[in-house]
Amino acid sequence: MENLQTKAINTWCPGCGNFGVLAAFKKAMESYNKEDVVIVSDIGCSSKIIDYLNLSSFDSLHGRSISTASGIKLGNPNLKVIAFIGDGGALNEGISHLIHLAKRNSDITVLMHDNRLFALTTGQFTAVSPKGLKTRSTPEGLVEDPLNPLELMLDSNATFIARSYSSKIDHLALIIKKAIDHEGFSFIEVLQPCISFMDNFKFYNEKIYEIEEEKRTKQQARKLIEEWKYAEVGNIPLGVFYSEVKDSYEKIMNREIIKDKAVNIEKCLEAHL
Amino acid sequence: MNKKDFSILIGGAAGQGSRKAGLIIAKIFSSLGYKIYIYDDYQSLIRGGHSFSLIRASEKENNCSKKKIDILLALDEKTIQEHLKDLNEDGLIIFNQDKVKEEKGIGIAIESTVKELGGIPIMANTALLGGFAKIIGLDFDFLKNILEKEISKGIEKNLEIAKKAYDLEEAKLKIEDIGDSTPLLTGNEALSLGVVAAGLEMYIAYPMTPATGILHYLAGLKDCNVLVSQLENEIAVINAAIGAAYTGKRTMVGTSGGGFALMTEAISLAAMSETPIVIVNSQRPGPATGVPTYSGQGDLLFTLNSGHGDLVRFVIAPGDVNEMFVWSGKAMNLAWKYQTPVILLTEKDLSEATFSFDKKVLSEVKKEEALMWDKNKEYQRYELTENGISPLFFPGNDAIVKSTSYEHDEYGISTEDEEMIKKMQDKRLRKFESMKKEIDNIEAINVYGDNSETAVVCVGSLKGIVKSVCEKLGIKMIQPIVLEPFPQKQALEALKGVNKVICIEANALGQLSKVLAQNNIKVYKSILKYDGRPFNEEDLKDQLKNI
Ligand SMILES: Cc1ncc(C[n+]2csc(CCOP(=O)(O)OP(=O)(O)O)c2C)c(N)n1
Ligand code: SF4
Repeated sequence: MENLQTKAINTWCPGCGNFGVLAAFKKAMESYNKEDVVIVSDIGCSSKIIDYLNLSSFDSLHGRSISTASGIKLGNPNLKVIAFIGDGGALNEGISHLIHLAKRNSDITVLMHDNRLFALTTGQFTAVSPKGLKTRSTPEGLVEDPLNPLELMLDSNATFIARSYSSKIDHLALIIKKAIDHEGFSFIEVLQPCISFMDNFKFYNEKIYEIEEEKRTKQQARKLIEEWKYAEVGNIPLGVFYSEVKDSYEKIMNREIIKDKAVNIEKCLEAHL
Repeated sequence: MNKKDFSILIGGAAGQGSRKAGLIIAKIFSSLGYKIYIYDDYQSLIRGGHSFSLIRASEKENNCSKKKIDILLALDEKTIQEHLKDLNEDGLIIFNQDKVKEEKGIGIAIESTVKELGGIPIMANTALLGGFAKIIGLDFDFLKNILEKEISKGIEKNLEIAKKAYDLEEAKLKIEDIGDSTPLLTGNEALSLGVVAAGLEMYIAYPMTPATGILHYLAGLKDCNVLVSQLENEIAVINAAIGAAYTGKRTMVGTSGGGFALMTEAISLAAMSETPIVIVNSQRPGPATGVPTYSGQGDLLFTLNSGHGDLVRFVIAPGDVNEMFVWSGKAMNLAWKYQTPVILLTEKDLSEATFSFDKKVLSEVKKEEALMWDKNKEYQRYELTENGISPLFFPGNDAIVKSTSYEHDEYGISTEDEEMIKKMQDKRLRKFESMKKEIDNIEAINVYGDNSETAVVCVGSLKGIVKSVCEKLGIKMIQPIVLEPFPQKQALEALKGVNKVICIEANALGQLSKVLAQNNIKVYKSILKYDGRPFNEEDLKDQLKNI
């Protein structure tokens, strides 16, 4: 694929983990026709990525980008649809959509930039922020325990669940490709350090390790997923935890639809006589 | 009893099937050439309570109910208790003898007949229809034809039951055959067919009365190639619909007040991203959950102001079943012509009422193609143009299509540049101006009646009743169909020579008067009804006379 550069000026903080995501995504895109891809973004630092990629795109609302993405796939099942969303968008504002999209096996790829807080609104907590986190809205420290998004995805019947890290560009690029090629709902959590509000590069570099690619039962996947509880302790596995083949929602829904079929209203009216 | 204008009420507990039986009675009269209007009254419950259908069958079109009933059919005691007071002096009572103790009228042993012939309880309605057909002087074969069309399961047994009940009764009336039948459609059904005629490809919804009928109807329409999807909530619904429209699919969503409120952020998204979308808001009385199965017009101002930011959307309120068809089709075409949200504002009394549909209007709707990119120069989704409309193009082809909720440049890249922000808002303002011109050039209001010094203004489902009363009183009636951009010129023209404007509304705050005031139309008095129930001719006539 040609250079995906746009005229947009990049406004991420120098050193932000999002640069790694952008590089990995560009690399993954080398395998696809530009015309076949639509990227969708949410609102937040992470979502600015949409301006930096010269691909067809829809910049949606906070938490709703994944719904927009599923509508795009339903409208044109030939497109490869990837949604970029922050952990705030995916797990706070838009969590109901995330669960249902996984449940109905919507054939989109959700790439969740997990910096474990709302960055663009200056660092408040999200559903994956560590307990005790002091932010401007929780000056005494966060009282809630974090949610494990991969566990949530497993329980929501997602058919592809993976985790990668913005500093591991090749690993992430490969996972993105696998997720796009997967038929059905794919969820990638990308650990993405935010140098301004949660600089955890060092922490991740020490804790991460790559798992082997193999066919796993849900139980086996769960065991790996539960290894890290979004706290200070435990190692952090990266890779594809779970993958399952199943017809996607959009494939099933579009089966009956015939292109350019003439519609006969008079015939419909016969049932009303 | 007027022999060419009947009012028939059938009532029972929910689950007894009075609505379906009412529809079959309406089809009997429709087959005899009568014009039909059915008001269905039911509560938000699945079994028990009291529901009824009030059927008007008349020689000429009357899209409203009369206060007095000519034939009262009671499946239960409650129906008698509630409605006997409204029976005409020469009215007829037909009742379920197995449940109702009533001295006057004709009892039919509907439940015991079903038992005797080994049918299931719901077939009691068939027995009632059998007896009813005989009483109104129909041939059995006439009823048989209709039952065969209407009943899909166990038709043999149903016919046996109908025949038995038929034979037990004797003819009391003779309903004249006055012409050919017309199709009977609910407002929701006509709306659905109208958008289908204008190229609807996808309908996405979350169930909410009184819009749910659209979801059910389109899902069941096998021949029309519409993809129907029910999603997890209204927010998902409209955001997915916007995604589908971005790929070129003509898409509609439908809901009622609460669901519509949830959709408003995305209405603003559709306006900013310039994505065509039709949104149905079928009102019930509010605020909040309100009264789910009754009617009201309390969302008028909210709908006209829906969506944050500086935006103009089309808001269209059809007034009867034919207008539902025509204007839903127009709504879809306008959405694509102007790449904008279009809201079809209606209410329970139009969505769920059943009417005789005039097939003549079918020719008024066809799919109109949107302005597409001509490939002459590089594609820019938000190209600055004179009339504010930028050519459309869809992803998956040979150009990059960047749509966005962020303020943007012509290509679709986010911007915070002061010059570009203003340029883009100015482009959208030019588009709003084009939308206004469009409305000035089409018949966006209905005017009935000749010169009179008084004129009545109403919108939506009130058309039927208000038109009927105004005709009788010789008063001019004005019904705006497009509410935004408001057809001010046409309204002022229609009001020339009028010195008293009376506004009739189904809400408590007089919201339409406020809209009229904004458009330099001073309202002399308002008649407001906000009990969820429709007006009836007699009462409205008295209210108007007293002004
Ligand atoms: C409906 C709505 N609520 C709130 C906001 C304000 N807002 C903008 S970005 C953001 C949080 C973004 O956090 P996240 O999704 O984690 O992305 P990040 O900035 O961390 O990449 C919020 C709350 C908004 N744009 N829309
Ligand atoms: S605030 Fe954090 S997430 Fe946002 S650009 Fe800066 S480093 Fe990146």
